[in-house]
Amino acid sequence: MNSIKELLKKREITLILLVIILTAAVNMRAPGFVAGENISRIINDTSILIMVAIGQFFVILTGGIDLSVGSIIAFSGMSASMINQYNPSMPVIYVLLIGTVVGLLLGSINGLLVAFGKVPPIIATLGTMSIYRGFTFVLSKGQWVTAHEMTESYMNLPKGNFLGMSNLIWSALLISALMIYFSRYTRSGREIYAIGGNKTAARFVGVSEKKVNMIIFSISGALCGIAGVMWTSRYAAAVNETATGFELMTVAACVLGGVNIAGGAGAIPGVIVGALFLGIINNALPVVNFSPFYQMLIQGVIVLSAMFINTMMDKRKEKQLLNRRSL
Amino acid sequence: MSEKILELQSITKYFPGIKALDGINLNIKEGEVHALIGENGAGKSTLVKILTGVYTPTSGKIIYNGEELSFKNAIEAQETGITAIHQEASMFPELSVVENIYMGHHLKKNGSLDWKGMRARTRELLHKMEIDLHPDTPVKNLGVAQRHMVEIAKALSIDAKVVIMDEPTSALTLREVEELYKIVRQLKKENKAIIFISHKFEEIQEICDYFTVLRDGKYIGEGVVADTSIDQIVNMMVGRSLDQMFPKAVVNIGETVLEVNGLSKAGSFKDISFQLKRGEILGFFGLVGAGRSEVMRAVFGIDKFDGGSIFLNGIPVDIANPKTAMQKGVAFVPEDRQSQGVILEQSLTRNITLPIIDKISRFGKVSSKVERETTAKFGRMMEIKAAGWHVNAETLSGGNQQKVVLAKWLATEPEILILDEPTKGIDVGTKAAVHEFISEMASKGLAVIMVSSELPEILGMSDRVIVMHEGKKTREFTRAEANSDVIIKAATGHNEETKG
Repeated sequence: MNSIKELLKKREITLILLVIILTAAVNMRAPGFVAGENISRIINDTSILIMVAIGQFFVILTGGIDLSVGSIIAFSGMSASMINQYNPSMPVIYVLLIGTVVGLLLGSINGLLVAFGKVPPIIATLGTMSIYRGFTFVLSKGQWVTAHEMTESYMNLPKGNFLGMSNLIWSALLISALMIYFSRYTRSGREIYAIGGNKTAARFVGVSEKKVNMIIFSISGALCGIAGVMWTSRYAAAVNETATGFELMTVAACVLGGVNIAGGAGAIPGVIVGALFLGIINNALPVVNFSPFYQMLIQGVIVLSAMFINTMMDKRKEKQLLNRRSL
Repeated sequence: MSEKILELQSITKYFPGIKALDGINLNIKEGEVHALIGENGAGKSTLVKILTGVYTPTSGKIIYNGEELSFKNAIEAQETGITAIHQEASMFPELSVVENIYMGHHLKKNGSLDWKGMRARTRELLHKMEIDLHPDTPVKNLGVAQRHMVEIAKALSIDAKVVIMDEPTSALTLREVEELYKIVRQLKKENKAIIFISHKFEEIQEICDYFTVLRDGKYIGEGVVADTSIDQIVNMMVGRSLDQMFPKAVVNIGETVLEVNGLSKAGSFKDISFQLKRGEILGFFGLVGAGRSEVMRAVFGIDKFDGGSIFLNGIPVDIANPKTAMQKGVAFVPEDRQSQGVILEQSLTRNITLPIIDKISRFGKVSSKVERETTAKFGRMMEIKAAGWHVNAETLSGGNQQKVVLAKWLATEPEILILDEPTKGIDVGTKAAVHEFISEMASKGLAVIMVSSELPEILGMSDRVIVMHEGKKTREFTRAEANSDVIIKAATGHNEETKG
């Protein structure tokens, strides 16, 4: 009688199967795609998406959305790079910490707007998306921080190598594990699910919506902060346009991973697989000689298809429920 | 007069696994007000949905004006002349009265909308119904009663022959009810057939000519209202003695645990005082909008109040939010379990342990073992029928979802249990089980407040009854003093008698 659970599990498994089939297909046309180096590059590329999508996941879980993630990445990435530029002696780990705190602060401003200003998340973050991007330009005076202005150790931050995996992959893994634990086994994690599943019922048992909003936007901001530092160091450049449009990628990863856009349902493993799926698509297109012009188009088609599949699965589930309620 | 206009012959409706209607017969005549009587879950709503084309019957015949009918959708039913006025009026609040009346069947002239004609026709209709309303008023500015009138006007505008009124008076004040009766009589004069759904007997006796009783989806019987006593109807409706429905145990009532003094909230309730004792079931009766739920929400810290004080075990307390209330041993089971109590897409375990997540956590981690044990303990106590504790709440029937909500609150191990309409919308069997459970909890020393709009439930279960009307406490009765007559009078604002 575990059919519901199986169904939920199935969608992650289906997605993994799809990822494998896709990879195999691409590999047939372009042998070498699956070669260790390339795969690790893809996972490396996707690690940042995974981190930020997990933050987005918490916001979507409550029925909200965070449109400011790209701008937070840009601002915290720019701040970190400039700190590195002007204080080359500061240990990179401190720079990473500062970048994270900057992201956390920007995220908590979103939280304040939503929790206390009563601004709907989509509007609040639409506003801060522009504001934070504006901050970035003001801070940098429109200038870039380029590779030769960064220290070697800063640029090596995401690289490293421990047990065959880069620091970037390790940090994505660590964040995933921590966040899965947080969402499943802590009071706050449960409260986020509760608010998303049924606001009124949650309020009746004393869950504070304000607190939950502060938590989710702060988490999303902090993860963007880490992502910002990783982004600028990995690409050895801090530009003002960093991560433009990235918010839509993170939403897409969540939708693909089976997170209910209306809130209340979804889980991090799905989001991770969803992000990996998008990462592979993006990397595979150039390999199979698809014009990069098609990239956005295909991504859009995938997100819409995922949505249709969700709706169909929901309908099937409803039918099964009707049958089972008779028990 | 009295031509037969609508006839249902052994209508049966299956939903997957459930027989919602089983051989229903119904004969409706022109110019007749026909009461459709039955408890919640008796099948009235399903029957209305069949009559209005929302559902298709599995078997049976609908004969209308001598012809057999089968509607494919709601619009077809409306075009035939059968229309329903719903409990919660389905209106467009931002649009005007005219726009609401003609939504879906706009009058046209030369290919464009004929607003002039529609406005004139609306004025005519409202005049005929003797309602003083401007056709251009936005519906959001109207009161509940006026909205009802607009719905009725809408039914008339499409020249309905059969008008179904689904508990039309449940949200009306006494004066508004009188106005509704006037319109019903007017409709009757125009030879319309009216199906009047209600479970208020005074109302049925006042306005209805004929009745049909349903119970558990079955046709039980019919008769002329004037020739039938209330007792006879109750017997048909409930099908069992009241003792079985309300297994009230004799309990030793203990000391006062909750005292509320002069509680007021502007616009909701005023100067409410009462005491609640250990082992007692205190019934709160009143019409919809009397302010009972609002008082309870204030006591539980969901809403703020302006004045008055609350004492728990003799100590004054400041309950600022539900969390404090829970810590102080108060539990509140809200009225609408789907929207206020259960999180459908989450497991029973998560639902039941949500209020006590602090208690079952150690160093910030929820203990899975304690969580499972707690769920199993309270789930079994409530006899929840489910495939397991890991299944989502949405897989359960309405009655079992209600039990999940109760289990959730019991898990907080409260001293005071506030139940708002504990059996609304659940079937008769589960109802009896919930009553038995409430009685058992009280006998174990729990103090229970039961807010209910069902008079038999109030009379059957309460040790004491407090009656509210328009935000004020009108009377307080002991179990011995309480009977339906005096309670209804107090609830409708007659013989107001303030008690200290």
